[in-house]
This record gives sequence, C-alpha cells and structure tokens, in this order.
Amino acid sequence: MTTRYAVITFPGSNGEHDALKAVELGLGMPVEAVWYKETDLDRFDALLLPGGFSYGDYLRPGAIARFAPIMAAVEEFASSGGPVLGICNGFQVLTESGLLPGALLRNQSLEFRCSWLHVRTETTRTVWTAQLDEGEVLHLPIAHGDGRYFAEPELLQELEANKQIVFRYSSPTGERDSSVNPNGSVDDIAGICNRVGNVVGLMPHPERAYDELIGGDDGVKILSAVIGAGVSAATGS
Amino acid sequence: MIEGNRIVTATDAKTQQTWLVEVFVSLKPAVNDPQGLAIRDGLHMLGYDEVEDVRAGKYMQLHLTGADQSAVEARVTEMCEQLLANTVIESYRFDVRPVSE
Repeated sequence: MTTRYAVITFPGSNGEHDALKAVELGLGMPVEAVWYKETDLDRFDALLLPGGFSYGDYLRPGAIARFAPIMAAVEEFASSGGPVLGICNGFQVLTESGLLPGALLRNQSLEFRCSWLHVRTETTRTVWTAQLDEGEVLHLPIAHGDGRYFAEPELLQELEANKQIVFRYSSPTGERDSSVNPNGSVDDIAGICNRVGNVVGLMPHPERAYDELIGGDDGVKILSAVIGAGVSAATGS
Repeated sequence: MIEGNRIVTATDAKTQQTWLVEVFVSLKPAVNDPQGLAIRDGLHMLGYDEVEDVRAGKYMQLHLTGADQSAVEARVTEMCEQLLANTVIESYRFDVRPVSE
C-alpha cells in the first residue's frame, strides 16, 4: 500500500533532506517537501516535522514556526487523526503549538549533544510505535542543544497514566539509567505522544538511521509503522 | 481633516498615545535553570562569593500605540500568553509607561 509522506519545511529546518532520503531510500515510499507557506496537506497520509533550527530558534525553539501558514493544516491533519511525527526541532514545534504537552528546555549540560544512543520503547499504542515491542531498544542518533523535556509533576503523572511516554533513554540492554540521559530530561523521557496516539514527538533522529551503511537502520521501524495503518483518517474521506 | 475616506477628529488623535512596554520573562521557580547556575559559578570565580543564586531570563522592549494603560495591559497580556512566554515553563511580568512624542 502506498503511503504519501510530507516533510514540513520551515526557514531554518536542516533535517528535511535526511527525512526525504529516509522515506525514499529506507521505505521506498513517495515523499515531498512542503514549504511552510503552503496551506494544503490533503494529498498526504503522514506528516514529518524535521529537525533543524526553524526561524533561528529565535525567542524559543519552535515558538515562531508555530505561527507559520502551514501550521493550521498540520493542526487540522492532527486533529482528524492523521499520523504526525515531530523529530527534534519538529518535536519542539509540536510542544510550542500545544499539539503535544510539556516543553523542551536547554540541555542541563548547556552543551550541544551529538552522538548515537539507545532508547527503550515504552508503549506500542501509538501509530508510530505499533510495529515495535514494548521494551524494545532502538539505536538512534541525537543532535540537539534544547532537548530537556519538562513537565510539571501533575502532568507527568497524567502522561504516565495515559501511556503517553513513548521513548526513554536507556542502556543498550534496556535498563533505565539516568547517566545515559543526554540532556537532563525529566524521567529520562526521549519522546511522548498526544492522548490519541497519532501525534508523536521525539528528540532522537529516526530519519538518520535508515540503513546500516549510515550507522544503523532502527529508525525505519518508526518511520514505516504508519504504512497502510488506517491512514485514510487523515484525509477525512 | 480627512484621511482617505475617514474623518479624523481631534479626539481620535488624542486617543493615539505611544507606550513603552518592558517585558521580563523568566523560568518558573520549579524549572531548573542551568544557565543561571553557570553565571553564578562565573561570578564566584571572579570572587563575588556573596552571590547565592542567579536566574537568567529574557528582556524585551515593545513600542506600541494604545488608548489607555488598561487597554495596553490587556493587549500585552495576550501577547505574553500567546508568544512572548511559554507559560508551561516561564512566567512573565511587564511595565507600561507612556512615551512623550
């Protein structure tokens, strides 16, 4: 089944080509970059919000991108149940726009962190993790300066109760280990989802892990999960 | 006088006051502020041992027009809630004062 991916591109995005290549070469699916000035996403089945520094990260990462013309269509797509994946800066855009709860702050170390690490799958109930096993460990790269996920204690309890925590930083064998948490995020959280589970945001880059040749292909398991997975909800038809 | 197709009266002109708004945004007390800690450590290295705590934040100046102080405050509150602060992690306050032309 053909699944048509869109890569939402803002001024200052820099991960859009990685995302395009990952879908094209890693999944063999049609994919298109969609410029932030566009307003129509009806032709797509799944949205990727790539990494980078949209609007130079001015004010706060994602704060200005949230008001870009394309965002009304992204919100409509998300609220109609379409699969949306926010990667790194895309995750920041989704929290700023309120499509995902909480916020992302400057890394605890104040250093930009760029490395490969491991995350543990905490729930398979999202459309993006449905092909994984609970507890499955993925090897993925990160590259960010503002990845410290924050939620107040009450929100954190709510996320836990609703199974909205999707990935946690872990050891290679899947044990919780705060010493491998690269940014100081609360509860070692690397990714979360909305209540429904169609919108997921994560700091690691699955689109930079689509082939063993570039260090690993675990990202394919996330990116490909939506192929044929009831994505017609997105078009509302 | 007539501007375009609109008649501008003296009272209209009088309502157009210019204001300077100074907005201060800082992380909420519950949110860890590693930048503030790094600044504090820097001050300690310079010998300012009396510094117990530093919180870093943002300062913005807005020049705008408005009818009166309460109208300006209402508009700036909206701006802070929508964009200038992320109220999940930040709190804000602002000072409003009229600017003489």
